Amino acid sequence: MEMAVFLLFAALALVSSLVVVLHRNPIYAVMSLVVTFVSIAVMFVLLGAPFLAAVQVLVYTGAILVLFLFVIMLLNVSGDSSRGFDLHKALAAVVAAGFALLLLTLFWGRYHGLDLSPLQESDVALKPLARALLDTYLLPFEIVGLLLLAAVTAATVLARRSQDTSS
Amino acid sequence: MTVPVSWYLALAAALFGIGILGVLSRRNAITMFLSIELMLNSVNLTIVAFARSFGDRAGDMTAVLDGNVLVLMVIAVAAAEAAVGLALFIAVYRGRRSIDVNRLNLMRW
Amino acid sequence: MSFELLATLAKTGLWMALLLQVTPIMVWVERRGSAMIQDRLGPNRVGPLGLFQALADAVKFMCKEDITPAEADKFLHRLAPLLALVPALTTFVVIPFGPDVTAFGRQVPLVVAGAETGVLLLLALASLGVYSLVMAGYSSNNKYSLLGAIRASAQMISYELALTLAVVAVLLPVGSFELSEVVRYQQGQFLGWIPKWNALPQFVGFLVFVVAAFAETNRLPFDLPEAESELVAGYHTEYSSMKFALFFMGEYMGMATLSCLAATLYLGGWHLPFLSYSGPWWWVAAQGMGVLVGKATLFLLFFVWVRWTFPRFRFDQLMRLGWKVLLPLAVLNLIAVAALTVGGVL
Repeated sequence: MEMAVFLLFAALALVSSLVVVLHRNPIYAVMSLVVTFVSIAVMFVLLGAPFLAAVQVLVYTGAILVLFLFVIMLLNVSGDSSRGFDLHKALAAVVAAGFALLLLTLFWGRYHGLDLSPLQESDVALKPLARALLDTYLLPFEIVGLLLLAAVTAATVLARRSQDTSS
Repeated sequence: MTVPVSWYLALAAALFGIGILGVLSRRNAITMFLSIELMLNSVNLTIVAFARSFGDRAGDMTAVLDGNVLVLMVIAVAAAEAAVGLALFIAVYRGRRSIDVNRLNLMRW
Repeated sequence: MSFELLATLAKTGLWMALLLQVTPIMVWVERRGSAMIQDRLGPNRVGPLGLFQALADAVKFMCKEDITPAEADKFLHRLAPLLALVPALTTFVVIPFGPDVTAFGRQVPLVVAGAETGVLLLLALASLGVYSLVMAGYSSNNKYSLLGAIRASAQMISYELALTLAVVAVLLPVGSFELSEVVRYQQGQFLGWIPKWNALPQFVGFLVFVVAAFAETNRLPFDLPEAESELVAGYHTEYSSMKFALFFMGEYMGMATLSCLAATLYLGGWHLPFLSYSGPWWWVAAQGMGVLVGKATLFLLFFVWVRWTFPRFRFDQLMRLGWKVLLPLAVLNLIAVAALTVGGVL
């Protein structure tokens, strides 16, 4: 059962992520990235992190990608300027494949054959996670909050139309 | 049957590779940005998989929690990054009427 | 098949059966209600009081020609109406409609999926609803549709923040994401006779939630994505026949599940004080579902009432309300609730 779910969503993630990088229409890219992110959320559930899965869907697909869509439609971004298959893309494909293979051999060599024990009810409890987040890692948590504030300010300043004070 | 941890790692490696392909081959800033998000997500997947594997072997949950907290931080930072990045795109588009990175060569020597 | 699976299927079936009735009933309520408010008669030809009007509408929808614009993006144009139903048909799984009951010698919780991440899961699934709107607006290749889609995406993310913060304030004193716990927390009375519902101590959060819910479901006064007087019909301008009907159903079912959520978070959910939930399991389940549906109906009627009473907002007013009024209110509410929770008042 678990294996079947994994295989289904792994295939879905791979196919949709390929569509993300290969499709010329950015709207399609965002839509298929939604599928990829939801598949990764399923992986989180399988790995015993349902909270992360919910946050993943809520933050990534529910907010970040909607923002992308908004910007794409606002700017009316059309397809890519480079068409067809050229040397540049061939090189990119080689580099990407090489990197993926390198990672794959590293991971496979070191971690192959390690089985995970089935999940217990206590493994997915939320209270320990909350304690870790707001107690053990309180300082990083606050710093991330500060970072978000800085990002909001920066985004507002950047995207704001200049008020014609200088020109 | 449970899924071995190496399979998750393999999936993450493949997704990371696809993300690299996107960043290197596309010339549209939005698609490149999407590929970066994809790479971030594949890294998140490895973090969760590693955390679970370590926690499982050590028989203690704190490793799993550490991994989950780290992923939460990554998601939050990714959100901040997306907000600033998209604001930059809008600012660039306003000046140049395009967000094709091949045409953003004003600062090139 | 295991007993758990059968029980889950039965519960899902019950929800589906109820949710699918929402659209025809609400169409009738909306049309007759608007007629009453505007001192008209409304549909009164098909059946007594026009009750079968929805049936006639359904037949009309099925018989109409299904038009896809020539320049439309065919794939997305077809996919969008299907996606409109996804949040509506998935979010109900975490809403409880009764206490744990003992049926056929087993303990059965009266909720489809009693996940510990409960509300979070619901919000996550509900946040996927915007994609159908955006897809529809983009794929139609029509400027009005596109404007509707842009408005929808901006409106949804803006109001989701306030909505989520209001929900978080409810969860704080409860200490759990699970909606069953939220309902349990609200059992009991203040002063012996006022039900201990969250709507009373958290009326600011309640207000924020209801206003944001209007925006999330694209109902007037916040129906900017489809504003008839400016955008023809917004994102579903280019849709006809059953595809349009699916958007229609998605909107009403989304309203229904959001009403159920509002009833659960703020009005005590399936629980009604002075009602003893005892007896055979099916009676307990029927009571719980009845109370929940009754409370949700109040919200649905409120939705209709507001729609025919208020004028539409302008888009900049909408954004200003969301970011400069609702969001600060929600944050203040959250801080106040957190302080009261730590102080042991709530």
